[in-house]
Amino acid sequence: MKNHVVLVVSIMVVLFLVLTISVPVTGYSHPSASVLVVPYIFQANSIPAAGLIQPEELIKLLAAPQGEKPLLIQVGSHVLYQEAHVPGSEYVGPASSAAGLEKLRQRLQSVARKTRIILYCGCCPWGHCPNIKPAWELSQSMGFSNVKVLYIAENFGTNWVDKGYPTAKGD
Amino acid sequence: MRYLWILIGAAGLLLALALASRHRSPGHTGQLQPGSQAPEFSVIALDGKQLNLASYRGKVILLDFWATWCGPCREEIPIFVQLQNKYRDRGLQIIGISMDDGPEPVRQFYRDFHMNYPVALGGARLGELYGGIFGLPIAFLIGRDGRIDAKHVGPTNPSMWEGEITRLLAENGSSAGEFNPAVSNRPECYLAACNVQFNALRRRDRVKFAPFNSSTTNVLSMT
Repeated sequence: MKNHVVLVVSIMVVLFLVLTISVPVTGYSHPSASVLVVPYIFQANSIPAAGLIQPEELIKLLAAPQGEKPLLIQVGSHVLYQEAHVPGSEYVGPASSAAGLEKLRQRLQSVARKTRIILYCGCCPWGHCPNIKPAWELSQSMGFSNVKVLYIAENFGTNWVDKGYPTAKGD
Repeated sequence: MRYLWILIGAAGLLLALALASRHRSPGHTGQLQPGSQAPEFSVIALDGKQLNLASYRGKVILLDFWATWCGPCREEIPIFVQLQNKYRDRGLQIIGISMDDGPEPVRQFYRDFHMNYPVALGGARLGELYGGIFGLPIAFLIGRDGRIDAKHVGPTNPSMWEGEITRLLAENGSSAGEFNPAVSNRPECYLAACNVQFNALRRRDRVKFAPFNSSTTNVLSMT
């Protein structure tokens, strides 16, 4: 009996090691890959640090049993939203376009100005995101005082999906 | 005996955690390892023709997921146009999959940037097929045998592209010959190799690619 138990445990441990070591769950890139540094006007960098929320903080916020849940709005690509988004978040359209910005304005029109709002995109590396700054500026111009922007350094895949944070897909 | 059952329980928990980590997100990229077969797909390209990945078997394929609103994508595409020109005869085929929400901006972009390779609209399903395209740009290099050689997430150094492409072209096919990694690590050499007047784009030691408007067209016209 004791030998059987040891055998079962050994198999489980081996399976665990195989599953966790052989399958990289964070994707891959060529070992020699490097990042091209291109001078660029990093428009998203002008959003003040006080206006940012890190993914880890948002996870804690969403997991908290009590407290007001934020209004989560994705202001980027619809295709990327369909593939994966933060559960419970709404899609309004890319804020870099006039149409997307107008949809955001309409969505926020009836929202109380003290509502906790979190805007996010994640389409591109932070400095290259065309959507997040216009969305942030609109929220400020409309008088919202409790808005945070989710800081996504690389993209939604690298900084959210690959970290195993919860996602939903579809509309 | 009781300790053995605790041990079994702990091992079972570890096993469950390992399984959960494999299925923790939709379409995670773990399924597309280097060396795995590139998933086949068939879509309608902007020109109305059918675009089948399988029909390019035997060529080295650079499959680029991009969008017109994506800054790094716009910076890379003139480079891809140059690469397509330079290595077409040796067997390079670049394929662009736009993740835009509609075709109109893509058609305009295609004309403005003088794109010389097939482009089709993608979508969530195609993205999921490739392990999830959760940000842009993302590009796959696929060898002549249809297997994925590399995946690049985010902007990538142009000399890196050329190095990898020529290496793949040389495998079971024509030799790239003139590529010299020691030289091509310098972006200006890469561009010089493409007969582009790099100095017009250069600012000190930094690389500055053409902006997203008419000057990009100027660069392309120099090829």
